[in-house]
Amino acid sequence: MVPLPYYLTLAAVLFVIGVIGVLIRRNALVIFMSIELMLNAANLTFVAFAQEWRALDGQIFVFFIMTVAAAEVAVGLAVIISLFRLRKTVHVDDIHLLRG
Amino acid sequence: MPAFEGINMSWFFFILFAALAVGSAIAMISQKNPVYSAVFLIITFFAVAGCYYLLQAPFLSIVQIIVYAGAIMVLFLFVIMLLNLRKEIRLPLHGPWQVAFAALFAAILLLQLVMFILAAVPTFHSAPGHGALSGGGEPLGLLLFTKYIYPFEIASLVLLVAIIGAVVLGRKKLPKEF
Repeated sequence: MVPLPYYLTLAAVLFVIGVIGVLIRRNALVIFMSIELMLNAANLTFVAFAQEWRALDGQIFVFFIMTVAAAEVAVGLAVIISLFRLRKTVHVDDIHLLRG
Repeated sequence: MPAFEGINMSWFFFILFAALAVGSAIAMISQKNPVYSAVFLIITFFAVAGCYYLLQAPFLSIVQIIVYAGAIMVLFLFVIMLLNLRKEIRLPLHGPWQVAFAALFAAILLLQLVMFILAAVPTFHSAPGHGALSGGGEPLGLLLFTKYIYPFEIASLVLLVAIIGAVVLGRKKLPKEF
C-alpha cells in the first residue's frame, strides 16, 4: 500500500491548486469549481485517515461532506443564475456592490 | 483489496491518479473557457475516485463518480450553457498582480501544509489488525443507520432546504418582500 503521507501530500497539493483558483480567477463559476476541488481534497484526507486507522467513520464523514457539497452547489448555482439575471455578468470584479 | 496486493501495482496506480488529478486541476484553473474548466474538473474527480478505490473505499469511489462527476458537474455544465458567457471569455483571465500574490500565498500555504504533514508523520500509527478495511455498501450503510442516524436525518433536512432555496432563488422574479 502507498503510505499515508503521500495521500496527504496529494490532498494538500489539490487544496492549494483550489486556493490558487479562487485567488486568481474572476469568473464566479470557475471560483465555485475551485471550491469543489478544495472540498474534494479534504475528502481525500478523510478517506486516507480512515484507511490508516481501519475505521469507517472517516468514510461516513466523506458521505456527509458530499451531501452538503451537493446542497451547496444547488444553492450556489441558483445564486449565480439570479446574479447573472440582475447584472448580465458572472465576472466577480464587476459585482462589488451589495445593493442591487 | 485483492486486486492491488502487489506493492508495485498500488504505487503505479497512485502515481497515475495523482498525476492525472494534479495535472487536470492545474489545467482547470488555467483554462479561459469555463466549459473546458468543467471538463478538466470532471477528470480530476475521476482521478480522486480512483484514489478512493486504492484506499479501500469502493463505495465512496462509485458515489464520487455518480454524485460529483455525474450530478454536480452536469449541473455546472447546464448553468454554463444557460448563461451566455461569450463576452466574458474575451476578458483577461486575471489582473496583473493577482498571479504574483496568489503564487506567493499558495507557496506559503503549501509549505505550511507539507511541513505539518512531515512533522506529524512520526505520530501516525496505523491501527493494529492489519486486515483490510471494508468500505463496501453494507458496512457503511450499517454504520449510517445506527451510529450516525441523527446526522443522516439532518442531512436529509439540509437537502430539503437546499431544494427549496434553489427553487426560490431560481424563480424568474423575486417576490416583493426580498
